[in-house]
Amino acid sequence: MNGITLTLRALHLGEQHLARELLTAAERHRAEHEVHHVAIDLSRWSHEHASRIAEASRDHGLNLADPPQAPHRALPSLAAAADEETAGAPGSRLPPDLRLLYDLRHLHLMATGNSLYWEMLVQGAQAAHEDALLQLASSCRPRTLRQIRWTNTMIKNLAPQALQALH
Amino acid sequence: MDASVDRIANPWGGRTPYPRGAPWPYRVDTYLSEQNDPADVERWVQTASILHSDGDAMDVAVRDGRMVGVRGRAQDRVNRGRLGPKDLFAWQANGSGDRLARPMIRHDGQLVESDWTTAMERIVSRTKGLLEQQGAGSIGFYTSGQLFLEEYYTLTVLARAGIGTNHLDGNTRLCTATAAEALKESFGCDGQPGSYDDIDHADTIALFGHNIAETQPVQWMRILDRLEGHTSPRLVCVDPRPTPVARHSTVHLAPRIGTNVALLNALLHEVIRTGRVDHDYLAAHTVGFEGLQERVKDCTPAWAAGICDVPAARIIEAAEIIGVADRLLSTVLQGIYQSHQATAAAVQVNNLHLIRGMIGRPGAGVLQMNGQPSAQNTRECGANGDLPGFRNWANDQHVTDLAGVWNVSADAIPHYAPPTHAMQMFRYAEQGSIRMLWISGTNPAVSLPELARIRSILAQDRLFLVVQDLFLTETAQLADVVLPAATWGEKTGTLTNADRTVHLSEKAVEPPGEAKPDLDIFLDYARGMDFRDKDGEPLIGWHDAEGAFEAWKRCSAGRPCDYTGLSYDILRGESGIQWPCNAQAPNGTERLYTQGISWAHPDTCESYGKDLVTGASDGVVDYQSLNPDGKAMIKPAEYLPPHEEPSENYPFQLTTGRTIYHFHTRTKTARAPQLNAAAPEVWVEASATDAAALGLGEGDLVEVRTHRGSLRGHLRVTDIRQGLLFVPFHYGYWDTDTPAGPGGQTPGRAANETTVTDWDPVSKQPLFKTAAAALTLVQRGAGPPAPAPTTTASAPLGHVGATEGGPTARVRQSSNPPNSTRGETT
Repeated sequence: MNGITLTLRALHLGEQHLARELLTAAERHRAEHEVHHVAIDLSRWSHEHASRIAEASRDHGLNLADPPQAPHRALPSLAAAADEETAGAPGSRLPPDLRLLYDLRHLHLMATGNSLYWEMLVQGAQAAHEDALLQLASSCRPRTLRQIRWTNTMIKNLAPQALQALH
Repeated sequence: MDASVDRIANPWGGRTPYPRGAPWPYRVDTYLSEQNDPADVERWVQTASILHSDGDAMDVAVRDGRMVGVRGRAQDRVNRGRLGPKDLFAWQANGSGDRLARPMIRHDGQLVESDWTTAMERIVSRTKGLLEQQGAGSIGFYTSGQLFLEEYYTLTVLARAGIGTNHLDGNTRLCTATAAEALKESFGCDGQPGSYDDIDHADTIALFGHNIAETQPVQWMRILDRLEGHTSPRLVCVDPRPTPVARHSTVHLAPRIGTNVALLNALLHEVIRTGRVDHDYLAAHTVGFEGLQERVKDCTPAWAAGICDVPAARIIEAAEIIGVADRLLSTVLQGIYQSHQATAAAVQVNNLHLIRGMIGRPGAGVLQMNGQPSAQNTRECGANGDLPGFRNWANDQHVTDLAGVWNVSADAIPHYAPPTHAMQMFRYAEQGSIRMLWISGTNPAVSLPELARIRSILAQDRLFLVVQDLFLTETAQLADVVLPAATWGEKTGTLTNADRTVHLSEKAVEPPGEAKPDLDIFLDYARGMDFRDKDGEPLIGWHDAEGAFEAWKRCSAGRPCDYTGLSYDILRGESGIQWPCNAQAPNGTERLYTQGISWAHPDTCESYGKDLVTGASDGVVDYQSLNPDGKAMIKPAEYLPPHEEPSENYPFQLTTGRTIYHFHTRTKTARAPQLNAAAPEVWVEASATDAAALGLGEGDLVEVRTHRGSLRGHLRVTDIRQGLLFVPFHYGYWDTDTPAGPGGQTPGRAANETTVTDWDPVSKQPLFKTAAAALTLVQRGAGPPAPAPTTTASAPLGHVGATEGGPTARVRQSSNPPNSTRGETT
């Protein structure tokens, strides 16, 4: 196992995790209709990325087809992230509009983590002359960047009202 | 030669065939109410229609201080004297006995009559209280596509610079937000590239989700006249319903709802595959072709056929017609705009034109249409979620420039994020961060999706709701303050149609009771609030419509929608004039982009663009690298499956739309006897196959149910595509036992009881054409057919008596040389 296979494994986990967390956010914010629908659309991208990584990984002797048994410790789930962010706050329960912002922030960081893995993979694949992996990374990474831009745009648009409102 | 035609039975009237390239012959339509003779008319007063986006120019007949009829203006470039059924008959609603005549305020839970001082004082004091306690973000304004330019502009100044709120939008969000967004994505700027005159020159007309026969009937008359003349154009129609357009088309594609992007990608694939790309045009005027080529390379007709459920051979045929066209005109409306992936699909139509070099020449144009009469003004004036004059909220130079026009500091104008769109404003109201909502000239309690939710938002105690309208609409009944407004014919102002033609509409008669022009109401409020500029002078320095127009001209100077060459005097008596109209183009501008793309440069563009799937905003750096020289942008989009698909419990797709006889929430058209009689009740359309499978027949009372709610109507069996139901919007409740909504003996009858709360992430336009629904029998019909017109897309398959208007619907059509109307117009 070299760095490329380790990165493939980490990225596979990251994309699976983002797909799931996008769906969790979609469910949690059903009344935020744009977030609900777009998050489901974007989860499909991550799901597809994970499948393609699993397929590509077979050539590297990895079997990534099965979802991990438990969430990775290094990747706190939406619920855990929200708990962490409100820890110590009186009442500790965020109003829905702030909770949405915090969840979007969490999704943004997860997607950013994935994009950096893709970046590493692009570089590693070039150095190792792994053309198939380079192609995979080049075709998936732009969509990861679009996920990042989406969370960023939503935060930018929603924050002025949510942070100003009386709660 | 004169003829008298029943214009309910024959909505498009008689033909005046003409060949390609010739001017459209005039035909003057005149309708006077029975008791009146043309000789009795005291004055003819110049105006234009406010019942659709055509902007048909007309004169109102006045006698004894009352409107008694209308006549088309022969010299006008838009309609050459013709009028549609709504133009001909709907003016009668102005004189209805139930017009609001005095302000009303809520007292002990009831709306009671009041006076202007009390009503305005209540609004001003609530505004001041909220500004102090919660800031400008607690106040929102939701306006219309049916006011005049002067009113939108005044509202924009008071909302953006006076209150300082980011929450101002128009109900144009429901009809034209995607048109504006698609133009921005492709050309960097809003503004219709083409002209209605392109219909005279086209050899091929492709109508994408646009039942022009019913939504812009006068331009359909123009197409019918071309079809009957020499060198008639070929039509391509994309619509799931058997519309009049479909019946006249060479190729009719009836795709599954929600698959427009797949279909358009296949058309693009075929045009590229067959080598019908204008590479010289691409090189000179566009960026991004390679990306499109890559995106559609696998989008074969066979692939699209599987998604859209249309034969691949028909897609190939349509692509062939579009591919060989010498002068291609495409038009786009709600079948694209109110459907899944709205902006992505509308942009692909622009792409078809860009790759074929079909832009900026007579007959080679795109009409990204509008639904409402003055939607263009809402957009220009920034009352729709943009800044005035197509300024870019993300460009600090543009904001500084606007601040200079208004003499305020730049930070007085909110521009930290895009202006809030209507659906988000309702969400903020639902959550309680918007505490005051002022609704002018629109009826969201019938026109927005998922009505049970909208009613619950509007009915909240904590929301202070102001409604300004002509009648006690479903929305007004939920208000805390109701303001009686004057309308078309009772006030003066200008309105601009979908092809940038500006018309003057003059006051003909007095409004009822104490009703006031919307402009005067906004000016009263501005005075009450005492808004000031940075020198301490009144922020709004004008007092009447002409003053507002002159102020707007200063704001539009140097921008794409430049009005500086226009004035009330120039517009008075003459035909409509297309902007930009300025010193360089004193007679107006027929087509944009005749010399290449003009407004897409990074320093001048209205928007830096968005991701066509996610709606994520691009920044200036992205834009500069994509389009440093300001060319047209070819933006590809991938197809995504619709968000709501049929299931076991909801096996049908449901779409909604209008018919030629009604407009918006029928507040006017239901009060015009001829129009109301032609389509008096909601109905439900299904295909013969689906009806037979469920054992249903013409006229049965059925229920349409979705996750959100249900409605009841009588079934019309038509040639609509299998698996699809159609319900006309906007049948509301004001004339029922429960006038604010369903309940008691009144079941749901508004289509939007059932529609989904979902919107295009790019344009934020709600999706009214993508629900999954169930259809069940309530009661076997007792014999009469559904109350649906036979003259339109709802034409029945079986034998049903034809829709007629009778003697009171007869309209005089004259092809004699028109009288000069100039001397007669006051």
